[in-house]
Amino acid sequence: MSDLTAVWRSVSQRRDERLPIRPRWRNALQSPALRRALILALLALVWEIGARIQNNPIMLPSFSQTVAALLDGVTAQELFASSLASLTVLLKGYLSAVALGLALVSVAVANRFARDVLTTLTAMFNPLPAIALLPLAMLWFGLGEKSLVFVLIHSVLWPFAVAALAGFETVPETLRLVGRNYGYRGPAFVAQILIPAALPALLTGLRLGWAFAWRTLIAAELIFGVTARQGGLGWFIFQNRNELLTDRVFAGLAAVIAIGLLVDGLVFRTIEAATVRRWGMQK
Amino acid sequence: MGSSAEPLVVLEAQGLSIDFPADGGAIRAVDNVSFTIREGERLVLLGPSGCGKSSILKAAAGFLKPSAGSIALRGRPVAGPGPDRVVVFQEFDQLLPWKSVRDNVLFGLKRKPGLSAAEARDKADAAIERVGLSRAANAYPHTLSGGMKQRVAIARALAAEPEILLMDEPFAALDALTRERLQEELIGLADSLGFTLLFVTHAIDEAILVGSRLHLLSAHPGRTVATFDVSELGAGSWGSPSFASVSDEVHRILFGGAGRRAPRSAAGQELAHV
Repeated sequence: MSDLTAVWRSVSQRRDERLPIRPRWRNALQSPALRRALILALLALVWEIGARIQNNPIMLPSFSQTVAALLDGVTAQELFASSLASLTVLLKGYLSAVALGLALVSVAVANRFARDVLTTLTAMFNPLPAIALLPLAMLWFGLGEKSLVFVLIHSVLWPFAVAALAGFETVPETLRLVGRNYGYRGPAFVAQILIPAALPALLTGLRLGWAFAWRTLIAAELIFGVTARQGGLGWFIFQNRNELLTDRVFAGLAAVIAIGLLVDGLVFRTIEAATVRRWGMQK
Repeated sequence: MGSSAEPLVVLEAQGLSIDFPADGGAIRAVDNVSFTIREGERLVLLGPSGCGKSSILKAAAGFLKPSAGSIALRGRPVAGPGPDRVVVFQEFDQLLPWKSVRDNVLFGLKRKPGLSAAEARDKADAAIERVGLSRAANAYPHTLSGGMKQRVAIARALAAEPEILLMDEPFAALDALTRERLQEELIGLADSLGFTLLFVTHAIDEAILVGSRLHLLSAHPGRTVATFDVSELGAGSWGSPSFASVSDEVHRILFGGAGRRAPRSAAGQELAHV
């Protein structure tokens, strides 16, 4: 018996040895984060080589020069201040647009005429890039924060309203009945049933609105930059391009990308993971 | 309640008719149906699809307005939905996916006046224990099986302590084995708690097992055909001669032919499929 066990163990061990073992680097490639980092490194390498061959830092600074500009104390400080200025304006426009959107949608859910008005308006404004309203906004509100906020509201309000309306209209009938059955009505019904049930759609709308707002703001800041004392990121890019500090232009672009990704990947994904994914409402 | 008098009437429907708007007029779904449910009684509305049994339940819950007749709860006419008449639906999505099992049960208690948070929690936990789900109290509905979801819905309804429980084919979406388990559990709960129940189904066996009285309806439009007292036929009586004879009789009344008995494990006799 013990002999048999020993034989079996040796055979199975030998079989283990014969199994083709995956190289460790191949296993590591299974992680998407690592693959993405590898692609980024590759792009940086191509960029660095291309820039060195071209050898004209005013037209195309190299990767290392851009990193150096990013790490430079003065530039970094300016970038930080500009980002902060951009985000402050963005938040004002974004939050007022979301508040306005929720108000419009709640009226539209309750009233058929209001719903028709809202769907007509969203159909009308959706194909119109918000930035196209900037000249008009400048005429109405002057060169200042008000114009930027006006354009931002336009960029967020309509896509958010469409998503939110769809979300509220697709709340399952059974859930509505359950809410009414247990005595929820009015504001309690909205807060306890409608908003949580529509949350996946609301989050999609918020995410979409954020992407539109960020692009619109940077573009608007390129056209006129300084609000109050501090210019935004778009203005930072525009100004440094005027002074032919191209490495700083690239640093500014990198900051735009980084903030865009950070908010989407960190803020929205975290909210989704803690809510709709955890509850199985979204895969 | 007097010792010799009959138990008090909880729900009373009189001359109930329900119409649905259709193109160019209205379709009558329920026609002149009357019944009374007394305390502790379990009335089953039984009939083929199209007999309006679910509409009657929805009218009792206050979701539907009858076009004629009246429904009264303890003598007061039903004006709208309320937690004194709690519905257990057939659909699994009656649970709020964003709330854990415990919070789903608590959801039914929050609008109850004069109940402290601690009392509500105790009531909720007791109801969850009663349906055997204490281990899953913190789980979210999407992690539960269909049978567990329906147990949570029943726990939520029990915790709210309504005057009457309304159940709209609560086990129809379950597999046969789970359905049998839940039927037995429901009968056990009814025996120990003595709640008043209005139960809608199209399965004859289920109706006889769960109900203490059957109310048979014909289809298009729903009319009362017969009523049966089956309070003697509860859990454990399935397969007995008296059970079989009632089952045959119900089948004969609803279809005019002799009963066709299928083994219970094959989900009983379901009118819709016969």
